[in-house]
Amino acid sequence: MQNLIDGIIRAIQLLFQGDPEVVRITLLSLAVSGVATLISILIGLPLGTFLAMVQFRSRQFWISLINTGMALPPVVVGLVVSIFLWRSGPLGSLNLIYTPAAIVIAQVLISFPLAAGLTISSLQQLDPRLRVQLLGLGASKIQMILALWKEARLALVAALIAAFGSVISEVGASMMVGGNLKGSTRVLTTAIVLETSRGEFASAIALSIILLGLAFLVNFALTTLQQRRK
Amino acid sequence: MTSILEIRDLMVKADGNIILDLHELVVEKNEVLVVVGPNGAGKSTLLQVVAGLRKTSRGTVKFTDSPDLRDLAYRRKISTVYQSPLLLSGTVENNIASGLKFRGVNQQEIRKRVDFWMEQLHISHLAKRRSGSLSGGEAQRVSLARAFCLQTELILMDEPFSSLDTPTQQELLGDLRDIFTRTNQTCIYVTHDLEEGLAIGDRVAVLFKGKLHQLDRVSHVFSHPNTPEVAAFVGVENIIPGKVERKLDDLVQVKANGSLFDVVSDLTPGTTVYICLRPEDITLYNDSVEVKPSSARNRLHCRVTQLINQGPLTRVHLEAGFNLTALVTRPSAKELELEAGKEVIAVFKSTAIHLIETCSDS
Repeated sequence: MQNLIDGIIRAIQLLFQGDPEVVRITLLSLAVSGVATLISILIGLPLGTFLAMVQFRSRQFWISLINTGMALPPVVVGLVVSIFLWRSGPLGSLNLIYTPAAIVIAQVLISFPLAAGLTISSLQQLDPRLRVQLLGLGASKIQMILALWKEARLALVAALIAAFGSVISEVGASMMVGGNLKGSTRVLTTAIVLETSRGEFASAIALSIILLGLAFLVNFALTTLQQRRK
Repeated sequence: MTSILEIRDLMVKADGNIILDLHELVVEKNEVLVVVGPNGAGKSTLLQVVAGLRKTSRGTVKFTDSPDLRDLAYRRKISTVYQSPLLLSGTVENNIASGLKFRGVNQQEIRKRVDFWMEQLHISHLAKRRSGSLSGGEAQRVSLARAFCLQTELILMDEPFSSLDTPTQQELLGDLRDIFTRTNQTCIYVTHDLEEGLAIGDRVAVLFKGKLHQLDRVSHVFSHPNTPEVAAFVGVENIIPGKVERKLDDLVQVKANGSLFDVVSDLTPGTTVYICLRPEDITLYNDSVEVKPSSARNRLHCRVTQLINQGPLTRVHLEAGFNLTALVTRPSAKELELEAGKEVIAVFKSTAIHLIETCSDS
């Protein structure tokens, strides 16, 4: 218990001192997970919309695949990305292993099924006759999709929150493909693992508080956007 | 009259079944064409085809100068109102403006039209209300304003009031009729409720199982149905098969189940027909009372089989060698002391009967 109290006091000191390494790790976490979330949404939103609205033979199979992807273990993703990016792997020549880009790739693979899957369910919750009504009002296909996204915006922002939440908090894949290299690929979660393994609980707690605070701030911003009444 | 929409040899299939098969249907400019029929008649399918939202297996739909039904420019010449208002989230005025925004109409024009149509539909006071807080009637008024403000050449309405309670339905029907009269808006109005169709339409098209049975002025379809199905749909409860026996001046005598009916008609003897007689056109007399001479030439001895009270009226089921239904007022039923098993005389005019020629003369 004393460890915890000491850790929290030390953590508060660390936070207010503005340790440059802590700041760097925090900014890198935010940048890597932010970019990964953005890419996930750019892939997941159109893909989810397509699967929700277009009827074709193997549609059920693809939706099941996406739903399975929503529960993909980060370490499995880390393993697969590592194999591909390994120096001798198929994409080894790109020299991406142990770089922030590798973490972004792994995090995109973790979060885009979430973005796509939640987009599918949010659009399927809308009244199917709404599409016909929008077309009847003279909407082009693009205008119809934008109007449907607007109608489903609460659920779509929830998809964004879930996608960001899944990557800012994951550690397995970041550790495996990033390597937790100081000054290069160390992010909040991998740093917490390292500090804990070294018995540096104060640092681990400080980083955890930052991680939680960061997650809260981003989610607060997104929730405000979600709940805003026009 | 100029036609605005011409449908020819149209066929729509679903899962191999024909759900719409129309030889010809022409919509005139400035008319309200009511499409009626029971569920599964193909009414909504017809609207979907005209709205460019449904593929056809065969045929042509010619609307003004647009060649392609699925084209955006075509769809923008039409607006639609459905049974469910299907409003978007947001305010009433934003909902009404939605179709205009899709068309890229400028803000000033949008404001003008939205204000005008909110006033026409008596919903100006709801302008800033959110769509989710409206009653069913208010929401449907918003849906109507949203369609009318597009000022399209044709409006399609698919049972717009069927989910509303009767007083709200009547109020909206009255307002809509006024708007149609003022604006000369061309409209195809689909309903399964004939009374609604009578209240709103100029002409009526009656569909059964995907086929057009009759297309005529509303009052004419009501008085002169041309198939037994249409007759039953417009409230003719007595439809009796018979055969024209002889011609007497301007009358013909039709034989059905051993009884002879005098009917005003010019059909030739030998023609097989359906005798159509509305229950409200039959007057009942007690067997013992002598029927006074009148222009009502037809008298049938009947036996009462069942009485059903229907508010101010009583429905009387009769047996006269065939089944017959009459409607009498409750005081009349009381005065005649009607009861099951009682013998009565059913009297009706020769003009009250409408004859439908059967397809085959054999």
